[in-house]
Amino acid sequence: MTDTPILEISNLTRTYRKGGLFGGTSFNAVDNVTFTLPSTPQVFSIVGESGSGKTTVARMILRLVEPSEGSIRLLGRPLSGKAHDRIDDHEFRRLVQPIFQNPFEAFSAYLPVEAYLRRTALNLRIASNDAQAVEASDAALRSVGLSYERIAGKYIRQFSGGELQRISVARALIPKPKLIVADEPVSMVDASLRMSIVNLFRQIVEEQGVSFIYITHDLSTAYYLSDQVSIMNTGRVVESGVPTEILDNPQQAYTRELMAAIPTVGERWSELAEIDSQFGYADARHSKVSPPTINNDA
Amino acid sequence: MITVDNVTVGYGTAGFIKAVDQVSLTINDNEILGIAGESGSGKSTLMRAVYGDFSTGLRILSGTVTGRFVDATSGQVIEAQSKNFAPLWWDQLSYIPQGSMSVLNPLMKIEQQVVDGLPARERKGGSHALRQRIAGFFSGFGLEETVLDAYPHQLSGGMRQRVLVAIAAFVNPRLILADEPTTALDVVVQKKILLMMVEIQRRQRNSLVLVSHDLGVHYQITDRLVIMYRGQIVEQGPTAEIFANPQHDYTKNLIASLPRLHGKRAVESMGVLA
Repeated sequence: MTDTPILEISNLTRTYRKGGLFGGTSFNAVDNVTFTLPSTPQVFSIVGESGSGKTTVARMILRLVEPSEGSIRLLGRPLSGKAHDRIDDHEFRRLVQPIFQNPFEAFSAYLPVEAYLRRTALNLRIASNDAQAVEASDAALRSVGLSYERIAGKYIRQFSGGELQRISVARALIPKPKLIVADEPVSMVDASLRMSIVNLFRQIVEEQGVSFIYITHDLSTAYYLSDQVSIMNTGRVVESGVPTEILDNPQQAYTRELMAAIPTVGERWSELAEIDSQFGYADARHSKVSPPTINNDA
Repeated sequence: MITVDNVTVGYGTAGFIKAVDQVSLTINDNEILGIAGESGSGKSTLMRAVYGDFSTGLRILSGTVTGRFVDATSGQVIEAQSKNFAPLWWDQLSYIPQGSMSVLNPLMKIEQQVVDGLPARERKGGSHALRQRIAGFFSGFGLEETVLDAYPHQLSGGMRQRVLVAIAAFVNPRLILADEPTTALDVVVQKKILLMMVEIQRRQRNSLVLVSHDLGVHYQITDRLVIMYRGQIVEQGPTAEIFANPQHDYTKNLIASLPRLHGKRAVESMGVLA
């Protein structure tokens, strides 16, 4: 294994035009973004609000959107540009796989879901016949805690959001990709099941050596899961680094605002106390009982 | 304010599918009550039964939902069962349904949608004065007057959500039922909306019932908490006590599965990467 980085993104910019053909303005949805995903398998999180440009970055890595400027190199080879030197579509899809936010929209309601897994295996020539496709699907499903028999013949509405998202992960794993781009993969999943999906990602990184680009607005799961975090606001990366360092010592006001908005257990929002004192409410429940200490092992 | 007594609610006419199973709880005056639980646990069904919306084929099999409201003008006490709540909607109680992205009428401007549900007493004084009042109220939610002339598709998700909260609160109801009002919103917008809801509740001293599967939200803003699991209430009590000392295994799991900043990380708990 060489030390070629999985992904090198340099000065990536995407410009959109607003308004008419002659008048109108343009704005940069993504503005001069640079980062590198090294060869060691890991989770790289991009955190930001709606409109921060995080999804546009993901779409450019997935080749769904062309960059306006800058370059993306996958294993040292360009993703876009002239046809003869960029990675061809077929190879690209074996190397990079997506997981989307809403699994109920990612699969059709009129096809049993296992058809998607079989098709992925056949289309990407992981399998050359149906029996092999079933075998490849089953192997992928087992690595996410499911099995082919368990899902065969069922349609999306017969699954919970958490199960269906596991199936999306299994589908993405079929070609044994180098990189999975997951765009808000747990925001539609129930809070109680969220952690099991997040832990599954970590397990895949460690056991199968797949890297993840994890796009999210949730700083707490990004912190929990990732090796590196980039925080985006209005198209730019405002802060990036190792999650523990960023959260222990955030340099940017925006990062602090984002951290303060997460509804966590422990400290109460200071604005709430202000509202309470304004309307003469004693903050009874939070002064009487100290916050619990729980470990995440459970 | 509302007493739910041993109520079993479900769907279907031929067969009966139980969604809420023998649930009892009270909604007190002047409190924020949280209802937590995963999808399918019966939170939304219970909410609809309390609101008295039986249009979806919902049926109360046994038990009662009794409301006790005080008429603002006459001072009269109205006591009613939830199936008779409809005349009280948008007067005594209002409802913020789940999925704000799609519940506003796409063919109606926002102003009309606010006016549409208003009780007669709120409409006095002519349409211009009413518009001024609505615009003033909206500005408290960070919504400009131009929003009133917009169609829903011209607004962002967070704005639509704020519009819904504003519509529900404008009538000054004694009880607001909010079903996942901030789910799928970014945390910064979510925090703004939640703080707004707390402020309204504190100012009007009414009752707010908040349904959410996010325990962090409940910890932050609710006074009392009800945990539902498979149609039943497994635990209820003051929010801080439940968090400090969860009794039921399901509650313990829910609390333990909350991600937190500065807590343990996956990398460490799996102990592979050193």
